[in-house]
Amino acid sequence: MYKYDEIDQAIVDQRVAQYRDQVRRFIAGELSDEEFRPLRLQNGLYIQRHAPMLRIAVPYGTLSSRQMHKLGDIAQHYDRGYGHFSTRQNLQLNWPKLEDTPDILAELATVQMHAIQTSGNCIRNITTDQFAGVAPDEVIDPRAVAEIIRQWSTFHPEFALLPRKFKIAVSGTKQDRAIVQAHDIGLEFYYDDQQKMAIKVWVGGGLGRTPILGSVVREHLEWQHILTYCEAVIRVYNLHGRRDNSFKARIKILVKALGIDEFRRQVDEEWQHLKDGPNTITEAELARVSQYFTAMPYENLPAHDAGFDSAIASNPAFAAWVKRCVHAHKQPGYRAVSLSLKPHGKAPGDITSEQMHVVADLAEKYSFGELRASHEQNLILTDVKLSDLYSVWEIARANGLATPNIGLLTDIICCPGGDFCSLANAKSIPIAEAIQMQFDNLDYLHDIGELELNISGCMNACGHHHVGHIGILGVDKDGSEWYQVTIGGKQGNDASLGTVIGRAFAAEEMPGVVQRLIEVYLRERTDEERFIDTVRRIGITPFKEHVYAKQEEAAHV
Amino acid sequence: MSNLIRNNAIVNDDEWITVTLPAGEEVVRKQAGKVVMFKLTGEQSCTPEQIAATVIPASGKIIVPLSVWLVRKDELAPRLAKGELGIWLATHEVLENLIDAVDDINQLPIIAVFVERFADGRIFSIGTLLRTRYGYKNELRAFGDVLRDQLFFLKRCGYDSYLIRADRSAEEALASLQDFSQPYQGAVDETQPVWRRVQR
Ligand code: HEM
Ligand code: SF4
Repeated sequence: MYKYDEIDQAIVDQRVAQYRDQVRRFIAGELSDEEFRPLRLQNGLYIQRHAPMLRIAVPYGTLSSRQMHKLGDIAQHYDRGYGHFSTRQNLQLNWPKLEDTPDILAELATVQMHAIQTSGNCIRNITTDQFAGVAPDEVIDPRAVAEIIRQWSTFHPEFALLPRKFKIAVSGTKQDRAIVQAHDIGLEFYYDDQQKMAIKVWVGGGLGRTPILGSVVREHLEWQHILTYCEAVIRVYNLHGRRDNSFKARIKILVKALGIDEFRRQVDEEWQHLKDGPNTITEAELARVSQYFTAMPYENLPAHDAGFDSAIASNPAFAAWVKRCVHAHKQPGYRAVSLSLKPHGKAPGDITSEQMHVVADLAEKYSFGELRASHEQNLILTDVKLSDLYSVWEIARANGLATPNIGLLTDIICCPGGDFCSLANAKSIPIAEAIQMQFDNLDYLHDIGELELNISGCMNACGHHHVGHIGILGVDKDGSEWYQVTIGGKQGNDASLGTVIGRAFAAEEMPGVVQRLIEVYLRERTDEERFIDTVRRIGITPFKEHVYAKQEEAAHV
Repeated sequence: MSNLIRNNAIVNDDEWITVTLPAGEEVVRKQAGKVVMFKLTGEQSCTPEQIAATVIPASGKIIVPLSVWLVRKDELAPRLAKGELGIWLATHEVLENLIDAVDDINQLPIIAVFVERFADGRIFSIGTLLRTRYGYKNELRAFGDVLRDQLFFLKRCGYDSYLIRADRSAEEALASLQDFSQPYQGAVDETQPVWRRVQR
C-alpha cells in the first residue's frame, strides 16, 4: 500500500498543528460555533447526540496491521473501547472528547493516517472496491489513481468550500462493487480499443433525500486527464451549484436542472482551458505511485490444497464459513477473506479494540500485513493461502469475527440512527439487531441465500436503503418512530432504486414484515433466483399483498 | 491598526476607498444570462435606483461595484484612465460581465471580490479564473467575511490582498498564510503539482 514520504508526512503533521490551534481558539471563544463548524467537519468531527464523533479516513478502504493496532489503541484510550466501520470505508469513534481530538490526530499521523476531509462540504475520502488488486474480475487496479486523486483533492484550494459534500468512487472491475453510479463522480476504468487505460465518467449520482443514479458525462477519458477533468466538473459545480438550500445543493441537483447535455457542454468548455495543464498526470508520477500497489510476493501454489479440501468435507461449520466469507482470488492457491462485523444482535460495523488487535495480527500473520474495510461494513484479509484458511477461521471464530453471513440477510448495512445521530427520525441499530435475531437460524439463512438489507434512520440515507434489495427507512409520524419498506433496490452495474411497498410499520412489526417478504420469495422463487431476481420478475404486488394481508388479519383477531 | 494584509504583510496605508451601494428594498432577482436556469439561489442584485443613488467620492482611488460600473461607465471612465478606479464584485455575480466591461482587464489596478459568508467557496473559483483564464496581474483583494482559516486557500487561488473582518486580528491571520509548506496540487500561486516541483 502507499507509504508516505516526507512531503506527505509534513502535510498531515502541519494539519495537526493547524487543527490544534483551531480547537484552542474555539475553546478560548475566539471562534464562533458557526466559524468552527466547517473547520472541525473538514477534520471529521461531528457534534452528535451524546458527544462529538470523529471520522477517521481510511483511503479507499486500505489499512495496514500497524494502523489497525493504532486504531485499537486509540479506541481504547480515547473512546469506550470500540469503533464503527462506516459505509464509506471509514472508521468512526462515537465518544471522543473535543479537547482530545488534536491528540488523536497526532497519534494517527504517526501511522500515516488522518481525518482530513472526512466530512464537510469538500471532496471526501475516495472509495473503491474492497477487493481491488486481488479480484479475479478486475480489469484495472484503480488504487494508484485513487491515491493520486486523494493527494490532489487534499486541501485543494479552489474546492475547499463547495456547496455540499463531494464523493468520488473509482472502480476497475467487470462487476461494479464501488457503486460508481451513486457518487458525485464515479470513475469506471477500462482498457480502450488502443489497449490504453481509459475512464468512463459518471456524474451526479447520490442517495440521500433525492436518490438519483448518475449519468455518463464522458464515455472515454484518457487517464492522464483525470485531475484536470475533475477540476472542470467541480468548478462548474462550485460556481453554479445551489448554496441557498442544503437539500438542493448536491451536484446531482445541478445536473438535473441543467440536463446532462448542457452540463457536459459547460464542463467541456471549462476543460478546454485546463486540459494538458500542469495537473495532467505524468507517466512518471503514475509509475511512482503504482510501485506501492504491485502484486504481493505470492508463493507459487497449486490451485488446490488437500488439507483445506478435507477440512471442508469434515467440518460443516468451517464449510459454511468458507461458502460465505471466502472469496475468489486472482492468484492460484490464495483467497480473500471477509471478517464479518455483523454478528447477530450487535450493531453492524462495530468492532472492539480487542478485535481490532486480533484482526491486525491476522493480517500480519496471514495476509502480508494488509487489510481492507468494505462499504458493507466488514473487514477483509485480501491475500490468505488456502492452507491457512482453517487457522484464520479458528482465530476469527474465537473472536466473534466469523459469522458466516456475508452477502446474506443478516449482513445488514445500517447507519448509526437515533441512538447516535441527531438528524435521525428513528433508531436503526435495534431494528437491525431484531431482524438478525429473527433470522438467527443459519440453515434457514443460507437457504434464503443472497440478500442485501439496508437500513437508514432518515432520508439522508447513510445506510444506502434505496439500493438495498430490502430497504428500511426510519420516518417520523407525529413524533413517533416508524419504518418505511422498499424492495427491489440494487447496487452494481444494473443498479436500481427500490419501490416503497406501502404504509410504514412500527418497530416491533419489522422482523415480521421481513419474514413475510421472505415467505413470498421462498414460495415464488425458481431454482437459480435470488430474492432480488424474484422481485424483478414478479414485481412488488405479491409481496405487498402478503405483507399487508397478514397485517389486516392480525388486526381483526 | 489596519486589517489589510497585502503581499504577506500588514499595510497601514490603504489608499483605496470601497464604494458601496446604498441600502435598497429587498428585491430578489434572478440573474440574467447563462446562469438563469439555476439562479434560484435567492441572492440579491441591485436596483437601478440604488445604482443611480450610489455616491462616488469626487477624488481619490475608488473601488466601485461592478453593477455601478456597468451603468455609469461614461462618468467613471476618466477615473479609470487615471489609474484611480478598481472594480469589486460579489461572489454571486457573473465574472464574465466584468471581463466584457473593460477593454483590458489589466487596466484595473485592483479587483476586489466580496464574500458575504466565509463558507462561500465561489470566491476561490473566481480568483482562479481571473488569474488563469483572464490573465489578471494586478492586486486581487478579498473582503467581507474574510477569516484567517480561509487565507491559505485564498492565497493559493491568486489573491494577494485580504481585508480581514474588522473584529479579527490581521496580525494573527498573517501566520496562517504559512499553514502548509508543500501543497500537493498545482494551483494559481504554485502552478506545478508537487510531483513536477520536486523529485519524489
Ligand atoms: C452520526 C452522524 C452522521 C450524520 C450527522 C450524517 C449526516 C449525513 C447527511 C446529512 C447525509 C445526506 C447528505 C446529502 O444527501 O446531501 C448523509 C449521507 C450519507 N452518509 Fe451520513 N451521517 C452520519 C453518519 C454516517 C455513517 C456512520 C455512515 C456510514 C455507515 C454514513 C454514510 C453516509 C453515506 C454513504 C451517505 C450517502 C448518501 C450520499 O452521499 O448520496 N454517514 N449523512
Ligand atoms: S441516515 Fe439519517 S439517521 Fe442515519 S446516520 Fe444518516 S443522518 Fe443519521
